[in-house]
Amino acid sequence: MKRIYSVFVENRPGVLCKVTGLFSRRDFNIDSLAVGETEDPSISCMTIVSSGDIRTVEQIEKQLNKKLDIIKVKTFDELSCVSRELILVKVRIKKDRDNRREIMEICELLSAEIVDMSKNQMMIQMCDTTERISLLIKMLQSISIVEVARTGTLALSKCTD
Amino acid sequence: MIGADAIIKCLEAENIEVVFGYPGMAIAPFFNSIRDSSIRPILVRSEQNAAHAASGHARINGKAAVCVVTSGPGATNVITGIATAFADSIPLVCITGQVNSELIGSDVFQEADITGAVESFVKYSYLVKDANDIPRIFKEAFFIANTGRRGPVVIDIPVDVQLATVKNYSYPAEITMRTYKPTVKGHAVQIKKVTGELARAKRPIICVGGGIHLSGAASELRDFAERYQVPVVSTMMGIGALPTRHPLYFGMVGNNGKNYANRALDESDLLIMVGARLADRAVNRPEHITKGKILIHIDVDTAEIGKNAGPTIPLVGDAKQIFHQLRELECELTIKHDDWVTTLENYRETMKRTRTPNPAYVDPAVFIRLLADKMTDDSIYVADVGQNQIWSCTYYIVRGGRFLTSGGMGTMGYALPAAMGAKVAAPDRQVVAVCGDGGFQMSMMELATICQHDIPVKIIVFKNNSLGLVREYQHHAYDDRYSCVDLDGSPDLCQIAAAYGLTFLRLHDMNEAEMMIDSFLANDKSVLMECMIDPLDLVKER
Ligand SMILES: Cc1ncc(C[n+]2csc(CCOP(=O)(O)OP(=O)(O)O)c2C)c(N)n1
Repeated sequence: MKRIYSVFVENRPGVLCKVTGLFSRRDFNIDSLAVGETEDPSISCMTIVSSGDIRTVEQIEKQLNKKLDIIKVKTFDELSCVSRELILVKVRIKKDRDNRREIMEICELLSAEIVDMSKNQMMIQMCDTTERISLLIKMLQSISIVEVARTGTLALSKCTD
Repeated sequence: MIGADAIIKCLEAENIEVVFGYPGMAIAPFFNSIRDSSIRPILVRSEQNAAHAASGHARINGKAAVCVVTSGPGATNVITGIATAFADSIPLVCITGQVNSELIGSDVFQEADITGAVESFVKYSYLVKDANDIPRIFKEAFFIANTGRRGPVVIDIPVDVQLATVKNYSYPAEITMRTYKPTVKGHAVQIKKVTGELARAKRPIICVGGGIHLSGAASELRDFAERYQVPVVSTMMGIGALPTRHPLYFGMVGNNGKNYANRALDESDLLIMVGARLADRAVNRPEHITKGKILIHIDVDTAEIGKNAGPTIPLVGDAKQIFHQLRELECELTIKHDDWVTTLENYRETMKRTRTPNPAYVDPAVFIRLLADKMTDDSIYVADVGQNQIWSCTYYIVRGGRFLTSGGMGTMGYALPAAMGAKVAAPDRQVVAVCGDGGFQMSMMELATICQHDIPVKIIVFKNNSLGLVREYQHHAYDDRYSCVDLDGSPDLCQIAAAYGLTFLRLHDMNEAEMMIDSFLANDKSVLMECMIDPLDLVKER
């Protein structure tokens, strides 16, 4: 089963390493990881996506809570949160330029944006769920991808009343 | 005042009277400042033993003890000691010298990233960058080591920070850590559930671990067990939580434990684990333990609960506190446990293993019982690792004292330095270390420490001229194909003792055992006693 952990940590050097070290030491998976400062600059938030059986996903939360640099851990399943990833993809434009239309169609269908362009290349940006981002990659693969940069998942629990 | 003086002040504020250590350039300011204080530095002979000695001290004194070593090789040498303490949740504060802050990261002489290296065996670690942080960091370090699930804390201090000026030193009275708030009190709803289950149970049992000692809950445990007539078994780390001969005590569980203790555990319908990890050594196939029974798991560390086996009732908190909370709730038992206790007494009588000792040697089983009977009521017995450890666990009788050993890590060589630390913590109590000839040779350099600092520890070496437990394993698992277990080339211990000026005794067989134990214990100096053990003896006959 999949879990998303929002891990609020002291914004200090070495803390990221301690947290990821915990995952490797205990043989927990990290499917994705994203880190950034919160509204309070002394606190960073690490969003970690992991998976495992029920005992493992519980242990992850408990072991995280034990780390002394961690202020708070929030755990969600996929349904109870809104999650997004950001991707940048560079693709090659063929000499005869006959794939340009195709690229633009894909972007339109998936609401991706073209953010940079040269004679031979195009850069596409998309912010969406993991599944739709994977779909974009799949579609563009047939066109010839030059390179890809992708953030880990970011997530917040759904709005409440 | 400079950083090094501030460190000493902090240790004084924590009522630290002794530190175990080994100097070097990167910790020189500290060892210079300690001369102006009443704290007693004890120079060990290898850094690993500084941590083991601190561990023995902490376990007897009930609070974190301190070891101090230099950077690089000093720091890396201490790692095994830290890992050993971590595995048994022993509170330590380990101070390591570090190279000049400006040089960190440039691989200069004797630089080692110690905080990085120990990350997975410490409760927490600090690299001090500003001497003005020393008071806060020490206050936090002792608080962290001594509360919640106890454990070692490393403080790495660059030499320039030890030399830097500290402005307005003051030791903080309060801790403000937003990330650390250990749970002490048990949740009232969960406590109620415990008494509810206890009231209904037909065959309840309590299994205790090292957490009882760490929380100082032995008398509370006894009171609880006696009040409700609940039988008690223990893990290796829990030995001595209840006196061995207490009518409700049914021995150590696990693959090296008593078969009647394991049977008691199996047949119970309510198992209350207190301060124990449910680890593989204590519980064969932990995942099966919940079959046909209710499992209540009481531990100060939330993460231990449900890690190896799902509890029916989790209860997080300090064992002593929880026993007090349980005491406040009157529990009306609907069923008396007399029959259950009688059944277990019957198992204890009839399931005793019989040994077939070789009369040409010392029988460790009889020897350890005899020794235990002659030791004082509050004595401290420190067992090393190997066959000797299993015999010690099986045959030693705790009355009112303590039984110490390295349970979680099983670190050979632990007994002698830990006994040394225990003796420093309790100079008036009898302290006996029992080791194999392999383990003894891993820490026998500490004989010099006990001579230099006049720490009268009694040492017993079970001499079988082999790495007995591994040899036994090769006997069972590899059909007697022995590899690297022969200890030929070992020194004559009589001459070793003479070289250190220690009294030496050698026991060949059981004929003179009584007399020799008497003279061993009567001597108020350190004594080295060698017992000749049959190399073919087994802890488990299959
Ligand atoms: C530091 C360390 N190295 C290796 C081992 C593996 N080991 C466990 S028991 C044992 C043999 C111990 O031999 P000895 O100290 O002579 O005791 P005996 O078993 O003969 O009583 C060994 C090598 C260990 N536990 N610790």
